[in-house]
Amino acid sequence: MSRFSLSDRAFERINFFFVLIITIIILYPLIFVISASISDPQAVNSGKMWLWPVDITFDGFVRVFQNKAIWVGYRNTIIYTIIGVCFHLFMLLPAAYALSRKELMAKKFFLWFILITMLFNGGLIPTYLVVKSLGMVDTMWAIVIPGAIGAWSLLVARTFFQQTIPDQLVEASKIDGASDFYLFIKVVLPLSLPIIAVMALFHAVALWNQYFNALIYLSNENLYPLQLILRQILILNEVSASSAASLAGGAQSFAEQVKTASLVKYAVIIVSALPLLIVYPFLQRFFVKGVLIGSVKE
Amino acid sequence: MEQRVNNGYKIKKSFIRNWQLYLFLLPVVTYFIIFHYIPMYGVQIAFKDFFYNLGIMGSPWVGFEHFERFFNSYYFWRLLKNTIILNAYGLLLFPLPIIFALALNELRNGSFKKWSQTLTYAPHFISVVVVVGMLVAFLDPNTGIVNHALRALGMEPVSFLTSPEWFRHIYVWSGQWQSLGWGTIIYLAALAGVNPELHEAAKVDGATRFQRILHINIPTIMPTIIILFILNIGNFMQIGFEKVLLMQNNLNAETSDIIQTFVYETGLLEGQYSFAAAIGLFESMINIVLLITVNQIARKVSENSLW
Repeated sequence: MSRFSLSDRAFERINFFFVLIITIIILYPLIFVISASISDPQAVNSGKMWLWPVDITFDGFVRVFQNKAIWVGYRNTIIYTIIGVCFHLFMLLPAAYALSRKELMAKKFFLWFILITMLFNGGLIPTYLVVKSLGMVDTMWAIVIPGAIGAWSLLVARTFFQQTIPDQLVEASKIDGASDFYLFIKVVLPLSLPIIAVMALFHAVALWNQYFNALIYLSNENLYPLQLILRQILILNEVSASSAASLAGGAQSFAEQVKTASLVKYAVIIVSALPLLIVYPFLQRFFVKGVLIGSVKE
Repeated sequence: MEQRVNNGYKIKKSFIRNWQLYLFLLPVVTYFIIFHYIPMYGVQIAFKDFFYNLGIMGSPWVGFEHFERFFNSYYFWRLLKNTIILNAYGLLLFPLPIIFALALNELRNGSFKKWSQTLTYAPHFISVVVVVGMLVAFLDPNTGIVNHALRALGMEPVSFLTSPEWFRHIYVWSGQWQSLGWGTIIYLAALAGVNPELHEAAKVDGATRFQRILHINIPTIMPTIIILFILNIGNFMQIGFEKVLLMQNNLNAETSDIIQTFVYETGLLEGQYSFAAAIGLFESMINIVLLITVNQIARKVSENSLW
């Protein structure tokens, strides 16, 4: 056995460095953005700042917080996320519970009714026409309702209920005369906090980060979620500093505008992405759990 | 006869006893009908000339006119080619998370492993808008860090985001940056199920670490790999369109123009609903055929398949 220990030790070293390098490559852009957000834009734009902050300034954050559009976007995103998650759970949990119960007749039919939507969908245009004909265009509901629930979450939650709510418990409660409502609220929900957390988190992240529904359904800027505001600042401004000029809110020299544009850019990334990046390490196990329950084959 | 009456009675009784369960299903069923089944019904506008005031039913049939127009248009081959290449390129990197998961699994140092996982999962939580915003900032020909690095190495700066030849690499590799860590989760869970006795036996037989990974770990997670591969194929043609839309500009359209961005432009920006719906339908047909084919092959070659 000792014959191989040398090659195994070499393997161990190489493997360690392989993982280390990948981790560093993935981490570097994030560190760069954080450093750039508190560095002097001159240093960032000239390439002097490449890892740690240079000539620390919090100007970018001050400008971001002075900007009304960003605040409105932030507020909208928070509202959409909270209402969207409530709506998601309200539809998901009772339905998944019902699907997990063996007393449900025509269960095969309901499951297929749901599964088919994973394979076939009407596509962008027919869906858009439905949302439009419901009068949801340019209202919050266009963001919150289409996409509120999908087949995947239903199947995941159903699997969870099947595995964690024992049949005997349900039967015993039924014999005691408990209704399904009572059972669901008093017995099932308290036992299901992990799955509620998982589903709420996944949906919240999706809502927080999505821009496309807002892009196609909203034209009123007061309804824009944060991601659409970010799109304006980060991507549409292209080379011109026009949106940065409006951000700064005053007459400035062109050089000054370019400076502001890049300063605000990194700060705005931090302000938008930080809530999730800070929260997720603490909730990591829930996210991982969600991925794993989701991968269980039916 | 008696049996049937009995059954009907049973069904009725069961329904009365469990009516609340059906009430629980009602919101979801309603939602699926409105947002999935009605749009499926609405797909027929692909075969009609849709006028908003006439409605879906009232609009006149035109058969395959829109499909013919699309197939005969000069951009058809360009769109199809771009869509296929972009997705095939992404699929080519399918093994990367597997390799990374195998490497993470071999780490002896538990806390380093945990740190590496937490850090590499992070980009998954960043929105596409921010990712593309970062690309715009990093790749800027004048102020971007990448071009500063190129200049420092004595090379010419490149305007990455406006050049068609760079679009695919940037799109795919920035996607890999976001999803590499996250993609390891399922494989790591599968690797946790490897039987340690196999490793012990292989050690006694003198197998090296690398040989053991190759002959024990990889075969153990093979079913997982196959299932995920099929699912990936099932999403072929429809991944990441929202990011493409953000990265697209007139200068890189030669490679960044894909079927879905085209559907968005013709349908929602230009209001050619029927034409765009036809193109969308064409695309989802390809998808379904691909999924069924790959599943069929997987079932023949191995015992693992989706159905």
